[in-house]
Amino acid sequence: MIEAIVFFPLVGALIAGFFGGSIGDRYSEIITSSLLVVAAILSWIVFFQVGFGGEAGPMADPTKVEIFRWIQSGELDIRWVLRVDTLTAVMLVVVTSVSALVHIYSIGYMADDPSRSRFFAYLSLFTFAMLMLVTADNFLQMFFGWEGVGLASYLLIGFWYKKPAANAAAIKAFVVNRIGDFGFALGIFGAFLVLGHLDFDSAFRSIEAVQGTTISFLWGEWDALTVVTLLLFMGAMGKSAQFLLHTWLPDAMEGPTPVSALIHAATMVTAGVFMVARLSPMFEAAPISMTVVLYVGAVTAFFAATIGLVQNDIKRVVAYSTMSQLGYMFVALGAGAYTAGIFHLFTHAFFKALLFLGAGAVIHAMHHEQDMRKMGGISRIIPKTYLMMIIGTLALTGVGIPGTSIGFAGFFSKDAIIEAAYALGGYNGQFAYWSLVIAALFTSFYSWRLIHLTFHGKPRASQEVMAHAHESPNVMMVPLYLLAAGAILSGVVFYKVFFGDFDSIVQFFAGSLVVNEQIIDDAHHVPTLVKWSATIAMALGFVIAWYMYIRRPDAPRRLANQHAYLYRFLLNKWYFDELYDAIFVRPTMWLGRLLWKGLDDRIIDQGIVEGLGARVKDVTARVVKLQSGYIYHYAFAMLIGVAALLTWAIAAGGLLG
Amino acid sequence: MDSDLISFASLAPAYPELFLAIGAVVLLMAGVFIKNASARLVGVAIGMLLAVTVLVIIQPATGVLFNGGFIQDDFARYMKALVLAGSAFALVLSVSNAVDNGIAKFEYAVLVVLATLGMMVMVSANDLMVLYIGIELQALSLYILAAMKRESARATEAGLKYFVLGALSSGMLLYGASLIYGFTGQTQLDKIAEVILLSDRSVGVIFGLAFLLAGLAFKVSAVPFHMWTPDVYEGAPTPVTAFFATAPKVAAMALLIRLVMDSFEPLAKDWQQIIIFLSIASMVLAAFAGIGQKNLIRMIAYSAIGHMGFALVGLSAGNLVGIEGVAIYMAIYLTMNIGLFACILSLKSNNGYVRNISDLAGLAQTRPYVAAIIAIMMFSLIGLPPLAGFFAKWHVFLAAIEAQLFVLAVIGVLASAISAFYYLRVVKTMYFDAPEQEFVPIPGELAFVMGITGFLVISYYLTVGRTLVDFANVAAGSLF
Repeated sequence: MIEAIVFFPLVGALIAGFFGGSIGDRYSEIITSSLLVVAAILSWIVFFQVGFGGEAGPMADPTKVEIFRWIQSGELDIRWVLRVDTLTAVMLVVVTSVSALVHIYSIGYMADDPSRSRFFAYLSLFTFAMLMLVTADNFLQMFFGWEGVGLASYLLIGFWYKKPAANAAAIKAFVVNRIGDFGFALGIFGAFLVLGHLDFDSAFRSIEAVQGTTISFLWGEWDALTVVTLLLFMGAMGKSAQFLLHTWLPDAMEGPTPVSALIHAATMVTAGVFMVARLSPMFEAAPISMTVVLYVGAVTAFFAATIGLVQNDIKRVVAYSTMSQLGYMFVALGAGAYTAGIFHLFTHAFFKALLFLGAGAVIHAMHHEQDMRKMGGISRIIPKTYLMMIIGTLALTGVGIPGTSIGFAGFFSKDAIIEAAYALGGYNGQFAYWSLVIAALFTSFYSWRLIHLTFHGKPRASQEVMAHAHESPNVMMVPLYLLAAGAILSGVVFYKVFFGDFDSIVQFFAGSLVVNEQIIDDAHHVPTLVKWSATIAMALGFVIAWYMYIRRPDAPRRLANQHAYLYRFLLNKWYFDELYDAIFVRPTMWLGRLLWKGLDDRIIDQGIVEGLGARVKDVTARVVKLQSGYIYHYAFAMLIGVAALLTWAIAAGGLLG
Repeated sequence: MDSDLISFASLAPAYPELFLAIGAVVLLMAGVFIKNASARLVGVAIGMLLAVTVLVIIQPATGVLFNGGFIQDDFARYMKALVLAGSAFALVLSVSNAVDNGIAKFEYAVLVVLATLGMMVMVSANDLMVLYIGIELQALSLYILAAMKRESARATEAGLKYFVLGALSSGMLLYGASLIYGFTGQTQLDKIAEVILLSDRSVGVIFGLAFLLAGLAFKVSAVPFHMWTPDVYEGAPTPVTAFFATAPKVAAMALLIRLVMDSFEPLAKDWQQIIIFLSIASMVLAAFAGIGQKNLIRMIAYSAIGHMGFALVGLSAGNLVGIEGVAIYMAIYLTMNIGLFACILSLKSNNGYVRNISDLAGLAQTRPYVAAIIAIMMFSLIGLPPLAGFFAKWHVFLAAIEAQLFVLAVIGVLASAISAFYYLRVVKTMYFDAPEQEFVPIPGELAFVMGITGFLVISYYLTVGRTLVDFANVAAGSLF
């Protein structure tokens, strides 16, 4: 069954990719989407079998299906194995469900695109790579999936390759991810060096033995596991667009909106979270790395939320929101509450995909307009989409009543993280806690700002656009309904097994990641005010947004003028792009131009290559002149030759003899 | 002393030579008494040469005859098979164009057979005198062949140049031989080695060695004794050039190998120096000079000079792998050149046969089959894998590396890279330039030769490669 889940998307990708031209776009859509739907249904079956199979107690062995033996060289023995445990099953459900819905949604969204076969082939290819990543049983297989999703992401961001901005964004995403992947690859080498194995089970077993050992890296001696985990985390930072390696994600919004929903919200960007969770035994043994993860997550959550406050592009707002939520997940991981991180990953996939696809429906309705300043007042024209966006926003901002089991999906997972951060305590915990609470306030503000700007108030679009604004077809709306159901229910239904009580969690996850009883217990016993803090922040954000965009629509402009520098600082994303441009891009370009023009063109091409050619011609001209045609010249050459041979034989022979 | 001439059976090792000698006389008689028999005589000569080739291959009799002057061993058999096959194919190449080239005379076949006999004697020579007889029998036949197109000034000039310079080289050879005899008191090759081994290293012997090598270097057209090669190749009728470029080179190389390995083994350091010098000079000069050529045949002449340089790399190593490499090299060189000349001789337009490289322009469109074979031969001559030419070079360079001759190997590879220029230019002319002339249809036997050689060159590694290496190994082994 697991083989079917993993390889159906590949089959779809190959069919649509290589035969899309001959079978037609329509069949490509149907084939890839049907295969994904089947894979999604199978994934849910696997999920319930693995997670709620009953008898299987804690630490039960994961199911492993060996596909083939990949590499065998000395101590390196790598098999291609599909590993299914609870963590994988959760990811399978997320990936295949969202992917299947995005496939179906794309049939409507991309209806006018001339190269739909290619699009669906890429989507399915991405899904396959992502499934390879989450079913990996060793580092190398994970790296394969990791690079595979990177490739698919590159292809999909640059799908509209005639658009220069899309190409630039694709390249940027690829290059920034290379930096992270460089760390990831080093981390894999390090893991093999330190732990001696590349398959997860063996590697985890040898953690205890190597704890406290050091390796030399760069200029000093460091704790081996800390170095390895930090390098691995560098990969996660790139893939999950964390602070410092985040610049590619907003630009990636140049890709088609379904791509943003699938790759840049629900699945690929969570690969970093998944990876850290998968390697939780290693991170658990490296406390410094845990702290780094915590801080990076907290800073990202706050930082991305501040930028989200002032963005005007509807997709970019959602993108920064995604970045911010990924920060939440990393805080959970850094606090040791791995299950809370995975829980948020799970719920977030539903409501963020919902928001993206809803935004896509809005863009679709508004004739591909993405600037929220040119929208407004369309809630009555597209009421179904409006409702869906409201549900997504409620889930994202975490609406619910603390102390009860009433609330949207985000309420459960986000509050779990905030409580875990508080429960961690100490300076680190406090920092993370306050970052997240403030970020929650900002989240609430920009989410409602998005709703107000887009749906409420007076229409700011042209008459023509408003006249043609329309609800999306059912093929796009049905995926929204299903995702909305997930956004409402996924929290309340699965809270118990992800973060409810220790026993259920242990039974559910069955040893697929580290479950830390202490942090879960503490998180459940935080003061009531802490429990309410996220909700209060959320309510506050809602009120401010209502005040600024409904009550006093001129307030934002006044505020922006009052704090012009701050406003521009946020609008320009903390000037990170400019900073990187000055520090990395321009020196690199300068160096590249120097090597190209100076070294390659002048010295190698003109000097060595052409110079050599010219010298050869010179020599040839002289040699040809020797061949005069006169017989006495020839005879003379022979005599000179004999004389040379004699001299040579006497002299050299004497020397050698 | 004449104990080895007791019976006819005791002459078994020399059967091939005897058969060929009698055959040559019979051919001469037939030519004199039968009118207009030249075409038929060529056919008979081809049959005779092929028959002797088979005889050499299947008749394993080895031994030393005629008072130690003649030796038949596995090395001699291998080289003789190459010489005989080369001569036979060279005759095949002349069948369709003998009239055009002014060689449609019965003497042609007779001279080729006599030259081949001389080469076989060279290969089997075990005495300085026999060696000289073989060389002269071969050389005199070749002088006549070069000048055979009497009405052509170019051919006459070629023959004359060849003759005068050949005489000079023979003089050197004889002088060297007399020095050797004077200082060692021996003319038999293995006896010379015994004397050298027992006595001190004498300058006289080294002088003799240098003169001998100079004379032989002329035969293999190694630089600086190569000057005759381009002029004679260009001036002589093309089928004769095809013959010059193949069999005599093999025979001369075989003689050179036997001489230095048998007689001067104790002086290895000395002759290795000389051979390395000849090798480097040949490879480098040919690589540069080839670039300057416009005439196709002259280009092939420099190609031949360069390839002799590469073959000498194997000999410089002086070890089993090296000799084996030279043996393989000569076989592959022979195949490539016969294929190449078959192509050139098949390209006849209304203006006559192709002369210049530019005449090949657009051949890929007008004669795609011939163009493809020429391209294969050019790539093989460059030494591109997986073609046969690559393996030829690989064996000799491997030997050089094993003998620690790194500088030589590096120079060889560089020369090979430079020479790629003129080989590739031919390919470029054929495939990228616009066609200029129409060619008459290809004679069947030439197409056949092209097909066979092309197939062997392409499929070398998969088909004959293994067997050839085994044969060469046995042949080289008999010298150690």
